[in-house]
Amino acid sequence: MTDTFYDVMRRQGITRRSFLKFCSLTAAAMGLSPIYASKIAHAMENKPRIPVLWLHGLECTCCSESFIRSGHPLAKDVILSMISLDYDSVIMASAGHEAEAIVDEVIAEHKGKYILACEGNPGLEQDVTGGMSCIVGGKPYTAQLRAAAKDAMAIISWGSCASWGCVQAAKPNPTGATPIHKVPDIGNAPIIKVPGCPPIAEVMTAVITYMLTFEQLPTLDRQGRPKMFYSQRIHDKCYRRPHFDAGQFVEQWDDEGARQGYCLYKMGCKGPTTYNACSTIRWNGGLSFPIQSGHPCIGCSEDGFWDKGGFYDRLSDINQFGIESNADEIGMGAAGLVGGAVAAHAAVSALKRTQQKGDEE
Amino acid sequence: MSIVNTPNGYKLDTSGQRVVVDPVTRIEGHMRAEVNIDENNIITNAVSSGTIWRGLEVILKGRDPRDAWAFVQRICGVCTGTHALTSVRAVEDALGINIPENANSIRNIMQLSLQVHDHLVHFYHLHALDWVNPVNALKADPKATSALQQQVSPNHPNSSPGYFRDVQNRLKKFVESGQLGPFRNGYWTNPAYLLPPEADLMAVTHYLEALDFQKEIMKTRTIFGGKDTHPNWTVGGVPCPINVDGTGGVGALNMVNLNQVHQILKDSQTFIKNVYIPDILAIGQFYKGWLYGGGLSSQNVLAYGDIPDRANDYSPANLMMPSGAIINGDLSKVHDVDLTDPEQVQEFVPHSWYKYPDGVKGLHPWDGVTDPQFDVSSAKGTSQNIEELDESASYSWIKAPRWRGHAMEVGPLARYIIGYAKGDKEITEQIELVLKTLDVPVTALYSTLGRTAARALEAQWAADKQLYFFDKLMTNIKNGDSSTHSGEMWDPADWPSEAKGVGFTEAPRGALGHWIKIKDTKIDNYQCVVPTTWNGSPRDEAGNIGAFEASMMNTKVAVAKEPVEILRNIHSFDPCLACSTHVMSEDGEELASVTTSPIGS
Repeated sequence: MTDTFYDVMRRQGITRRSFLKFCSLTAAAMGLSPIYASKIAHAMENKPRIPVLWLHGLECTCCSESFIRSGHPLAKDVILSMISLDYDSVIMASAGHEAEAIVDEVIAEHKGKYILACEGNPGLEQDVTGGMSCIVGGKPYTAQLRAAAKDAMAIISWGSCASWGCVQAAKPNPTGATPIHKVPDIGNAPIIKVPGCPPIAEVMTAVITYMLTFEQLPTLDRQGRPKMFYSQRIHDKCYRRPHFDAGQFVEQWDDEGARQGYCLYKMGCKGPTTYNACSTIRWNGGLSFPIQSGHPCIGCSEDGFWDKGGFYDRLSDINQFGIESNADEIGMGAAGLVGGAVAAHAAVSALKRTQQKGDEE
Repeated sequence: MSIVNTPNGYKLDTSGQRVVVDPVTRIEGHMRAEVNIDENNIITNAVSSGTIWRGLEVILKGRDPRDAWAFVQRICGVCTGTHALTSVRAVEDALGINIPENANSIRNIMQLSLQVHDHLVHFYHLHALDWVNPVNALKADPKATSALQQQVSPNHPNSSPGYFRDVQNRLKKFVESGQLGPFRNGYWTNPAYLLPPEADLMAVTHYLEALDFQKEIMKTRTIFGGKDTHPNWTVGGVPCPINVDGTGGVGALNMVNLNQVHQILKDSQTFIKNVYIPDILAIGQFYKGWLYGGGLSSQNVLAYGDIPDRANDYSPANLMMPSGAIINGDLSKVHDVDLTDPEQVQEFVPHSWYKYPDGVKGLHPWDGVTDPQFDVSSAKGTSQNIEELDESASYSWIKAPRWRGHAMEVGPLARYIIGYAKGDKEITEQIELVLKTLDVPVTALYSTLGRTAARALEAQWAADKQLYFFDKLMTNIKNGDSSTHSGEMWDPADWPSEAKGVGFTEAPRGALGHWIKIKDTKIDNYQCVVPTTWNGSPRDEAGNIGAFEASMMNTKVAVAKEPVEILRNIHSFDPCLACSTHVMSEDGEELASVTTSPIGS
């Protein structure tokens, strides 16, 4: 990561004379005076920012929207001072051929030295769409994706679309939407999944700044997610967990339990089976998260969460969660049973953790 | 060479040079534009194509209607929430559910915050670079920029010469790095950019200020909905309970949260007033001679209306955002719009990548059928490398919606024209102030600049109305009503075996409708007709061109191969392509071929 742009160009056999000419042309293309050419040359020899290609497939742009809500660092500072966001069709000035040329230029200029950030995924279905459910520059998005993936230093799969498939991959998946790591011929670059619909803004910027600061990829779990943000369940760190343990549940919308912030498990909360940082990092500068604002977690960072039953169905059928069979009884006799319930739940949780560990590691 | 006269009044001439723009960037989703340009650099033919299809509505079939909001919210993360709100309204309409007043106020604040946020982000981060040249800002005198700032917006605190010098230095350092990031390969020497360096520096500075500030606007939605992007909603009310004076109030919406909301709403109002509106007027002064791009706005505009003052009353008189249709530019007659009338809103597919079992007949959304069929066999190039589309055949993933057979424009400009025609006092005052300040006639509204100005005025209107609903919420709580959810009909056991409903909103980009049919407690059919389906519509059977296409027509471009003007016109609609392309089969039969994919899960 420490090579300068100039180093890379020299290694590719480009002469210093050609390099300086390139700098002059860059300045001229912007309508700047020749004095800028030497400054550009100086910067390229000394202070490179890592180029990032941020590609968009089948998606809704919620990841980009989340990204710009980052409070620390600010999106502005990431874009101006940390990375070189050379291609991102959502914010880039150029369009059409000039925009597409950048992808080729970055691949050629920075082989193995750029980050590919994927928002969305490709639709590989052929019979009805000919693989053309997402077209960029007249070609299938898959072509752009594969070309950029081949020589990337690393790939970040932003959000649940790139990580798992998300909503367009929900049954019956009409476009054949396929997460990045399952795309045939995607190459061998390491893939960092940052799931969530969308991921938390500060988690997105933290993944980038971690890589820039420590010059290494974050430690990933077996599913390819950074361990620092995705190794614990929402339920494990939920501030309403004591109400769960005490058997105090919201029974229906806006009831007395809801107004006192009781546990939303009976309303269908998927916190017990969802690995994410919502209950700790929280959202939009630590302001709140779904449970804090009264809605059960819908499990949006989990693989296939759209097809795991209704959002308001209680998790009673989930094998890995043991307490549900007596949640009603606990709720009814909460006052007298608190101690016992806590003990029972603690035992079940300990057992679950053991099983979970076995599954994961 | 061929010349075609369209029924909606455009002369399409394909004899000149063909210019292709793909991708059209700084939009949500994927889109392609093609134009023909004559020897005088005038656009004589325009084609817009939606190049993304996700099939979300087919995925909804058989699901719990109470879950639908979460699926359709993921149609779009830019207009996040507006599809969810439209969805819960459609389900409530189908099941006859009334929501509490507090839920209506909170939903309105959330929807209005989207208008404020989306309009602001659209202007500064998606549209501004069509008018503002960041490289030219390097030549600005910070002192003169400071004087300009203080002149156009005396109350904005960030206005000292030192402040602008700092921003300019940062920009200089960025440009000198040679790594131009989002500004790379821009059209910075194009003569279409008309601002003096000082105005460019002021606008670029506000690009950065707005990027910092926009995240604050959405914090109200995080408080009410738990997160943003994609906050939570629920059929029957809102998920967040209110508890301002009871045991466990810290577990619900309490005085601390409400104070936070209030502060954010006031700050949003101030930012729009001190930054967005003055910038639009300042930039407008330099571009008021460039009044291209009016397209359909001077003919046919449509709005469904939104922001119900009292809960559960969706009649035009109770909607604070105007509704209606204007046809052939006759402002003296605003037609009522009925979304349940099978003769009014219909979708057609002769130039879209779908086929209808019954040929060319239009279908009302409740009876919508979609059978995807990608075919570019008559285009130039190959099916995997399209060089030029053939607009006489199918050329878009977007269907062609029509209101009583007319191609319509929707969005802030449509809403403002309709409000103006109806004599809405606030809208009329806003419009007249802008016309007077810029010294232009009312017909100047029918332009790309008019569209961009209407969006800013609407952001200001929405910022004001947020506070109206905050006051309403507090008054209602004070009067002893803390209810946020009705609870009625939550249990599917209480539902009729069959029901159908329609929900509508005004998304930032324009009129949005969802039509739902429920059978045996599951979704039987779900159809969305969204703003960009209206604006990005391809041609219909009669040959009427859509609003994007009309806006590009007869525009003069400065440099044929640099599409600044094309981007300007299209961006002024704030296109949202993920929204606009959709599919649902009435009976599911047509989709058999879809599910045969080996990739499908």
